[in-house]
Amino acid sequence: MNLTINGKSHEVDVEAEMPLLWVLRDELGITGPKYGCGIAQCGACTVHVNGTAVRSCQLAVGDVDGDITTIEGLGTPEALHAVQAAWIEHQVAQCGYCQSGQMMSAASFLDTNEDPSDENIDLAMSANLCRCGTYPRIRAAIKTAAKNLRSA
Amino acid sequence: MGKLKTFTRRAFLVGSSAIAGGVAFGIYAYQTPGKNPLLADVDNGEAAITPYVKITADGITLITPRTDLGQGAYSVQAALIAEELDVELDQVMVDPGPPSPVYYNTAFSEEGAPFRPTDESFIAEAARTGVDSVIKFLGVQATGVSTTVPDGYEKLRRAGAVARETLKAAASKETDIAVSELKTANGAVIMPDGSKRTYVSLAAIAATFEPVTEVTLRDPTQWRLLGKPMLRHDTIAKSTGTLTYGIDLAFEGMVHATIKTNPRQGGKMKSFNAATAEKMRGVQKIIPVDNGVAVIADNTWRAFKAADAIEFDWESAPYPAEMDEHWNTLENSFNEKQLDARTRDDGDAITALAEGSAINADYRAPYLAHAPLEPISAIVKVTDERVDVWNGTQIPGFAKDAVGKLTGLEPENVHIHVPYVGGSFGHRLENDIIKQATKIAMEMKGTPVKLTYSREEDFVHDFPRQIAMGKARGTIKDGRVETYDLGIAMPSVISSQMGREGISIPGPNPQIMAGAWEQPYAIPNYRVFGYRAPELAPISSWRSVGASSNAFFHESGLDELIHAAGADPMEERIRLMWHESSRKTLEAVAEMSNWGSDLGPNRGRGVAFCMSFGAAVAEVVEVTNTEQGIKIDKVFVAAEVGKIMDPINFENQVMGGVVWGLGHAMNCEITYSDGVAEQSNYHAYEGMRMYQCPIIEVRGLENGTKVRGIGEPPVPPAAPALANAIFAATGKRIRKMPFNKHINFV
Ligand code: FES
Ligand code: FES
Repeated sequence: MNLTINGKSHEVDVEAEMPLLWVLRDELGITGPKYGCGIAQCGACTVHVNGTAVRSCQLAVGDVDGDITTIEGLGTPEALHAVQAAWIEHQVAQCGYCQSGQMMSAASFLDTNEDPSDENIDLAMSANLCRCGTYPRIRAAIKTAAKNLRSA
Repeated sequence: MGKLKTFTRRAFLVGSSAIAGGVAFGIYAYQTPGKNPLLADVDNGEAAITPYVKITADGITLITPRTDLGQGAYSVQAALIAEELDVELDQVMVDPGPPSPVYYNTAFSEEGAPFRPTDESFIAEAARTGVDSVIKFLGVQATGVSTTVPDGYEKLRRAGAVARETLKAAASKETDIAVSELKTANGAVIMPDGSKRTYVSLAAIAATFEPVTEVTLRDPTQWRLLGKPMLRHDTIAKSTGTLTYGIDLAFEGMVHATIKTNPRQGGKMKSFNAATAEKMRGVQKIIPVDNGVAVIADNTWRAFKAADAIEFDWESAPYPAEMDEHWNTLENSFNEKQLDARTRDDGDAITALAEGSAINADYRAPYLAHAPLEPISAIVKVTDERVDVWNGTQIPGFAKDAVGKLTGLEPENVHIHVPYVGGSFGHRLENDIIKQATKIAMEMKGTPVKLTYSREEDFVHDFPRQIAMGKARGTIKDGRVETYDLGIAMPSVISSQMGREGISIPGPNPQIMAGAWEQPYAIPNYRVFGYRAPELAPISSWRSVGASSNAFFHESGLDELIHAAGADPMEERIRLMWHESSRKTLEAVAEMSNWGSDLGPNRGRGVAFCMSFGAAVAEVVEVTNTEQGIKIDKVFVAAEVGKIMDPINFENQVMGGVVWGLGHAMNCEITYSDGVAEQSNYHAYEGMRMYQCPIIEVRGLENGTKVRGIGEPPVPPAAPALANAIFAATGKRIRKMPFNKHINFV
């Protein structure tokens, strides 16, 4: 089957029920999306399908019906997305393992809400677990990103 | 024979470097035990000045032997070296280096010696040094108990200074300009005329010198890097998904394995049936390993799926199958025979309590999983000549020994590579997975085998935090606390953990009373006794170890006494605190939280203090009792660490510790039923989520005399400060964790 990931087309030969996460990680070597729980509890595996955040551990590859963006496609060290730039500015990451998923959730959320309140942010981000406890910085970084996106 | 062989090889190493024109230092002379392990890998034209600095044509590499568990340890270690070496952080590479006894961790001994961290007497210091030499002897290269900064503070700055002075000596020899005329900056020696010789260009000649070991460390007022906000060297990679964690590593021809072992940890496997699994797509091999079965496939998900399709018949657990028996064992441990040493017994608590106790409070702290977000994994490749292991272990030395033993290969052919890890919290102090992956890889020589635990496998084999019980009593007099008597019972974490490494540690276990017995309160009658419960489920060090349970007992009990006395929780603690820099943390949080001001209806604040790992931390928690339950509004933290290396990372660590402490206190526990942990994933072990996360204000204090780590000390006071706040808001005293079994949270 054919998948479009970060603007590039990939041919994979896998079972239709294989979760997208494992197709990305083990078949294609795209390791930005992380395995954390496998049961939609942590959000570490978050990617975008047609711009919307989804848990790739829950999405069978056969059910993918659009273009996939992973953290690698959101922006790069040379061309940062506003969310990534804010994450660097606030030095959000500790171990960093949850952060790909956090940023993918944040980016898709900011597409729908350009001036979020604390409550909006808390609600949108509560499906993403951070065992290192970086929540206060994530909040701050999202506000910075929102501001920069508005003025962009 | 073995000894002779080792000796010859070492002699050869030193000799060969001399013959090759003195490219590498034979022996370096200062303050480090053992031999410089970097010499084994140094070629012509390169220098390894001290075990922490290596200079090659590619540039300068700083060796940061403590594993970075996500807390910025690599960056802070690099900054300590770079400060004195006069290089900028973007000029250097950072490498954890090979496992070697040279990198033994001195600060571990502080937690092993029977003296309070506030005790800086000669005897206490001497005893710490004694323990130190044992640790040096064992060559324990370990990351943990917040020791990275205390251990490296002197050692790494000195390493930087030694390398700098040696490079200056080399430049002086080349140019005939006196060392005193030379300066250093940006990775180069600067001549009086402003011209530069880079360190890299001086490497070959520096290698012919004995290191200059007479160095003076710079005064903190002259620091360029330390004490100022730093951009952690991994921040950009972690913010763009480009950092490679252990679980992301892949090699040509690699296979993907998973394992299922008896969920009753340590229990054996009777039999298994893999008939269905064997036929599943991508499955290459199914083999029994330890107390279970490994599935080797061409994709992790296929391995997981096949493993789920295997039927098992397990033996029962080597520990009590149900929780009641665990708790009863603890309850029955409060007796003379099980009294551990290292007691605090000021005044005469027994006589004071003969008249009766103002409180009779029993506390409980459950088993807790570490559950870092990255499930554990290991890659091992075995050939007839060598074995390579990639795993984020906190104890690479032990891993090396174990893998050497399993494969029969000589230590120099066992290579442990430590990749980035997605958290640890003590989880990676266990090397089970390395041993399992090695056994699998031995069956598939030449093929790199990546073993990944499913989240469920990781949870049931987590080696949780100890369960513990506390019993608090005391007396009050004239509105003051007069007597405080706290008994604590738990199994020994150290015995359980080191037992798995085949090491028995004699004597009492300081962690049984850590976070309680050494608190700097001057209570007239003050008794803290620890009781060692027999081993139950296998347990392991969990962020802040003994103090994680004990501070909850100690600070809740004290709070109950203060309330019984009708005193103010903050004022009474400040009055009782004799240790000045500790008292200042309380005074700071009182000021930050505007303690004493009116919070309005249904609200309350609680305070708790704990000195752990030598760092004093005071926290105030503010809560509101809403219709939906308790909402944690704000937390104020003041922490005393002697010197703050990086204010940004410091704040991040403190916030993380608070979230960790509060989250687990709110809703986490591991319970056993039929010998199996009932919590298998985050749905049953939530921790804190963003909507529950309070605003956290942090203040770092630098009044103390010693440099302390901050990875763990913010954890212990969080749970009791929350319990005390809930009491203030609701009048309900919660004595058992997790609190959500007794009260609702928003
Ligand atoms: S791995 Fe998909 S939500 Fe946790
Ligand atoms: S930064 Fe470690 S889990 Fe979020």
